[in-house]
Amino acid sequence: MNGRETTGTPYAPHGDAETREMLDAVGVDTEEDLFDIPESVRFDGDLGIDARTEREIRAEMADELAKNRDLTELLGRGHYDYYVPSAVEHLADRSEFLTSYTQYQPEVTQGFLQALFEYQSLLVELTGLGIANCSMYDAATALGEAATLAERLRVTSGSRVLVPEHLESGRRAVLANYVAGTDLVVESYAMDDGNADVDALTDRVDDETVMVYAETPTVRGCIEEHLDALGDLADDNDALFVLGSDPVSLALLEEPASVGADVVVGSASALGLPQSYGMDLGLFACREDFVRQVPGRLVGASTDADGTRTYTLTLQTREQHIRRERATSNICTNQAWVALRAAMHATGLGADGLADLAKRDVADARDLAARVDDVKGVQAPHHDRHHLREFVAHTDQPAPAIGDDLVDEGYAVHVLDEHHVQLCTVGTTEAERDDFVAALTEVAR
Amino acid sequence: MNGDAPDGDDGGDASADGFHFDQARWSDGDRHEPLSSEKRTTEAEYDDSPLPDDLTRDELELPKLEEPDLVRHYTRLSEMNYGIDSGPYPLGSCTMKYNPAFTEDVAADPNGLVHPDRPVAGVQGTLSVLYSLQDYLARIGGMDAVTLQPPAGAAGEFTGVLVADAYHEHNGGDRSEIIVPESAHGTNFASAALAGFDVVSLPGGEDGRVDLEALEEALSEDTALLMLTNPNTLGLFERDIEQIADMVHDAGGLLYYDGANLNALLGRGRPGDMGFDVMHYNVHKTFATPHGGGGPGAGPVGVVDELAEFLPDPQVVEAPDASPLKYEFETPERSIGKVHGKYGNWLVLAKAYAYIARLGNDGLNDASAKAVLNANYLASQVEYDVPYGPFHHEFVASAGDQDAADVAKRMLDYGVHPPTTKWPEIVSEALMTEPTEIEGKRTLDQLARAFNAVASEDDETLAAAPERTTAARIDQTEAARDLRLSWRALDD
Ligand SMILES: Cc1ncc(COP(=O)(O)O)c(C=O)c1O
Repeated sequence: MNGRETTGTPYAPHGDAETREMLDAVGVDTEEDLFDIPESVRFDGDLGIDARTEREIRAEMADELAKNRDLTELLGRGHYDYYVPSAVEHLADRSEFLTSYTQYQPEVTQGFLQALFEYQSLLVELTGLGIANCSMYDAATALGEAATLAERLRVTSGSRVLVPEHLESGRRAVLANYVAGTDLVVESYAMDDGNADVDALTDRVDDETVMVYAETPTVRGCIEEHLDALGDLADDNDALFVLGSDPVSLALLEEPASVGADVVVGSASALGLPQSYGMDLGLFACREDFVRQVPGRLVGASTDADGTRTYTLTLQTREQHIRRERATSNICTNQAWVALRAAMHATGLGADGLADLAKRDVADARDLAARVDDVKGVQAPHHDRHHLREFVAHTDQPAPAIGDDLVDEGYAVHVLDEHHVQLCTVGTTEAERDDFVAALTEVAR
Repeated sequence: MNGDAPDGDDGGDASADGFHFDQARWSDGDRHEPLSSEKRTTEAEYDDSPLPDDLTRDELELPKLEEPDLVRHYTRLSEMNYGIDSGPYPLGSCTMKYNPAFTEDVAADPNGLVHPDRPVAGVQGTLSVLYSLQDYLARIGGMDAVTLQPPAGAAGEFTGVLVADAYHEHNGGDRSEIIVPESAHGTNFASAALAGFDVVSLPGGEDGRVDLEALEEALSEDTALLMLTNPNTLGLFERDIEQIADMVHDAGGLLYYDGANLNALLGRGRPGDMGFDVMHYNVHKTFATPHGGGGPGAGPVGVVDELAEFLPDPQVVEAPDASPLKYEFETPERSIGKVHGKYGNWLVLAKAYAYIARLGNDGLNDASAKAVLNANYLASQVEYDVPYGPFHHEFVASAGDQDAADVAKRMLDYGVHPPTTKWPEIVSEALMTEPTEIEGKRTLDQLARAFNAVASEDDETLAAAPERTTAARIDQTEAARDLRLSWRALDD
């Protein structure tokens, strides 16, 4: 039909007779006649992509992915391997959810809207803040959006954004790009044994500071013990206090609103999403009075013409499709389906189930650190703090070599620098941790 | 009824043609399905906390549904939701294609569900898929290098703008303006602004395309970038694209391709061949990955050779021969840094790879042919006026004296998802319609009947719609005025 042998796409149902009928209705001879593309820019070549059958592609990709090594991961730093119940997988895959898009027509998409409303509400409970949006791309872009929010809200002429010295490099790099279009300047403040160095920070914060960022737990798994002081410092200087965390930790640790957090960002994909090579769900919650400056989608309750409680996207006048270059963010497509999964997972766990996960994570990290500390040539935890899920260990021998040797033994750990590794307990069984300690004992001496 | 419409078993007007739609409606008093929090909640216990009290919260109460109840709760919610698998979804500019079922299985492969910080030796399989996808996308777009990091189209735009900025800066330029056609998608403006640029809005020409005189006027030594989608949001091909590219390049600017409408060009036109320097691919549109109720998507960015050194960190490259590995990461020499914490949305990228492999050259070519045929066929059956043409994969009809938003609400009653409404504004009461290649004639005829039935209905009927959906017309003003953004707010 288009001058080439064509097998066609398997996902268009047109038979030849049907195609003919449609072409006749339009009044053209061939599909080619419908393209108003100047000859000079038409592509007549071959893209060099061979079509395969489903069976072939599944076999090919299974073969390729089987080349990923079978490693026991003691990896964390923002991405955690919590078990996602089968029920969540199956429910999220219901195609009425999966194959829908943004709820521009709320009357026919009440189901998804209600799930997103529940997601927002869960984060409101966990953070104590008035509102949560229904998603940013990931923790790093959520942090970036928090900085641009700080810029829009600032009451001083300042431009300083203070972030902890221990900050995951991807988050720091994304933040740098989100502030590139502003006059904001990102500076690090020092840590003291794995927590914010409050004295150092006190010296740094001034009325030019528009945002203070802290994390609990920190990227190294340390529970931040100075949140109250940090909140006060920010508040005294009219700076936004932005706290990074995640829904599991929030079920156990101090409520962000109670320590003066104005915004909470972080990764919410600990819930609902298996490890997906860094795919994430950006959490974003903030004080209610920021509502007109919030980035991203918001679902609100309303009433329909029959008087029934319903849900709809609201305050869209903040968004790019209406406000264009003055929008609160450029985000359009987001991570709604991951938010749906997180809500499902959290609702299955409940407050007790979530808190139990976090308690176990504290206990497991403490236990593994103690056992690793018994290994000759290793001291753990490196920071004298409470830990959740993970901790840093000091190694007498070069850490990169230990990391390599551990890979050979079937374990992946974070190698931080010449003499530090970081170990995370989430997703490993007790037996696996036993074996790991034995392997570490072999390679660390 | 249009004379070309079939008669036979389903002839007649749309409301009485044997096709009837009623969406599920679970009700419980003055609400539909109760919120999870209205069903059952539990409280956390902190007495046995392994932490000191001052590091622990005091209380937490959340809903908790045991598995059978959990499954029913979300199954009912899903029944009150409409997806592509439910019926036609011709939402203009969003390319709502069928999402092949097998791609879900491919993405769910446990060997791919790994931590992003594994050493590269542990993810050679993942990198192989990513490398192949970079290659496929480069071929399809006529680009020299591709990054898969941006997690959506808008993130791709932001990436492209940062790349352009870095390029100009490296070449000693200080260019502060980005030109965006008035009819462009809102994200184009917002992404340019996010990167700190001034946005110059370009008025459209009378024929719905770029007005070369207006462009000449807008271009200056401050121009960093012109952002275009082609075909544009009216579905029209920018015939003067080569001249446009020359003008922009002569002014020292770069040309950006918004890939939202690439489905019209698959295998027949490549942005790289038209003079575009940088583009994003909208993977959840063109490459059929599920839209997930609003996301996740993916917005890979392709660039010409000259811009490759500015791409985000890292790129997946082939390892040198001496290496025991096949693939590794590389930081482009003058990288803009990162736009996503890790490597983007893996699950989406894996599905896109499988989709492209399934179609291959001829399938991709056929997809654009059928997408354009479907838009043209549907338009020929619809009684609303379509002021601009020739259009490709989508057309923008005008609802005329009717309110396009009301038309959309009424169309829901006919069991179809309506088009995008009131955009682009150049068409009054716009109905931006993109059926995609997945619909056959029978479904397109059903859609046409829905359009035409609504076209002949009075304003009162339209204003009372929808009737057959879970919810009746929802009060948007109330939602915005009396903000209730969580279940806590419902109690007040
Ligand atoms: C023309 C156009 N450009 C850009 C975008 C933004 O893409 P995304 O929603 O993936 O961020 C869209 C999508 O909605 C679009 O239709």
